[in-house]
Amino acid sequence: MARASTAAPSGRSPASAHKSAFPRIFTAVFAVSVALSLRAAQVDPRLLVERAALANVAKFVRDMFPPQLSREFLGLMLRPTLETVQVSVMGTAIAILIGVPLALTATSSLTWRGVLHERTSRVGRWALGFVPYILSRAMLSVFRSIPEFVWAFMFVRAVGLGPFPGVLAIGVAYGGMLGKVYSEILDGVNPQPLETLQAAGASRLGVVVYGLVPQALPNVIAYTLYRWECAIRASAILGFVGAGGLGQQLELSMRMFQFDEVLTLLAILFALVATIDFISGRIRAWIA
Amino acid sequence: MYELRGLRKVFGDGSVAVDDISLTVGRGEHLAFIGPSGAGKTTLFRILNLTLRPTEGTLVLDGRDVAELSDVELRCARTRIGTIYQRQNLVGRLRVVHNVLAGNLGRWSTLTALASLVRPQSAADAGRALARVGIPEKLYARTDELSGGQQQRVAIARVLVQDPEVVLADEPVSSVDPSLAVTIVTLLRDLSHESRKTLLMNLHSVELALTHFPRIVGIRGGRVHFDLAPDKVSGDLLANLYAGHEEDAQLERIQDGKGLYGGAFRPLAGFGT
Repeated sequence: MARASTAAPSGRSPASAHKSAFPRIFTAVFAVSVALSLRAAQVDPRLLVERAALANVAKFVRDMFPPQLSREFLGLMLRPTLETVQVSVMGTAIAILIGVPLALTATSSLTWRGVLHERTSRVGRWALGFVPYILSRAMLSVFRSIPEFVWAFMFVRAVGLGPFPGVLAIGVAYGGMLGKVYSEILDGVNPQPLETLQAAGASRLGVVVYGLVPQALPNVIAYTLYRWECAIRASAILGFVGAGGLGQQLELSMRMFQFDEVLTLLAILFALVATIDFISGRIRAWIA
Repeated sequence: MYELRGLRKVFGDGSVAVDDISLTVGRGEHLAFIGPSGAGKTTLFRILNLTLRPTEGTLVLDGRDVAELSDVELRCARTRIGTIYQRQNLVGRLRVVHNVLAGNLGRWSTLTALASLVRPQSAADAGRALARVGIPEKLYARTDELSGGQQQRVAIARVLVQDPEVVLADEPVSSVDPSLAVTIVTLLRDLSHESRKTLLMNLHSVELALTHFPRIVGIRGGRVHFDLAPDKVSGDLLANLYAGHEEDAQLERIQDGKGLYGGAFRPLAGFGT
């Protein structure tokens, strides 16, 4: 309180001049980049309404109906469907295993900043805190900046076709995303309860389990569930590069122009995502 | 209990929160700190509860310079000081029982602390503490479902479980309505009195300070403006203390003898001279 009120008059006046110019500069840069992208990305809505395009779309849609619902086909799709779910579950599990430890070292309040480090020496903060912090952040950003599609491609080369490369691809790419978001959730908790616990004589671990974890846990769980939902979709896509599951069937049916099968597969995928959305919604409501 | 010698705190941005404060607080004494907002009272309390280190000066706690305490001694010293904050600083997602039992964290082993989150250890103690602050039925309620006043009581219950020698209360009633404010200040005073604890309280309300505390310290610009018994605090001193600040308004009420908190409030001598 005291700090804010004494700092305000000296600190704010020069900054406000910069602030007023920023929105205008930002808007101008944004407008120019949209204009340039429009040309470069060859955006041309006319192509969509050309006769040939419309005819192709019409044929595609017409061939979708009626969807392929024969007992034989549905029976054949049971295994790939299960496989897709299994890939998403295992992928998310591996992502958690990769994400959690990296998130802990990528959290500044756990490694080098804030109430837990009041008595750590400067060298200790640097060597045992800041260096692992930067390294794990760099690792997480490499993991998540390479698309899971590319990871899958590499893992197919490494371990062969099948669901396993899909699991690994989701595990690594999503591990990067989970770790990054976990660390942001942990760094974003209200620090005041932490100081209160420290003031009452709690140990560092006490501050973590009574202050940090309870504040962060609901968001961590909610985000993990959301990622699991994304993993279902990703595991379907990964089938295109040979990672099994519904994606592989989808790719086969498309290549054979069996659009009635495509529609059935998309419907199965939709049902899976909706089911997981429902389950995770219930869990989130329960923990909130 | 406390000996403050030339305490000074300069923050990273160069602002001076506490300028030069020297003060002695005896064991079992009750003190109220008053002064305009931004005077450095909260910073002073964070130094006194050993979470903030002063830039200059020494803080002596029971004859020991706190700057020389080892990590273990520091934790030990902190368990002897209980803090109640302006905002409740509780973890809203935890149940009340855990927030109250967090007062034990200075004593508990890590294992006990963890076990308690699964199955509350000594929940009976937490229940008793809540009963003393008047909300025994809230033991297993979610903390963020409680009202502001109830949460402030939970914070007091935690300090009761902690059972410290010193209670620091930083504007404990600024977020509750006037009738509850009197209740909470009286509660803290009586509980501290019963168990012979030292009580230091920051108060926004001059009236509550003058009517409930035997020693009043006025803080302005990070310095001690006066340190007197309430009957020695004159209107002029208060007018000086708050000169140029919005809190001036409450002085007019006090001048007229119309207290916001009712009770035995007498007009002060020395106004309008």
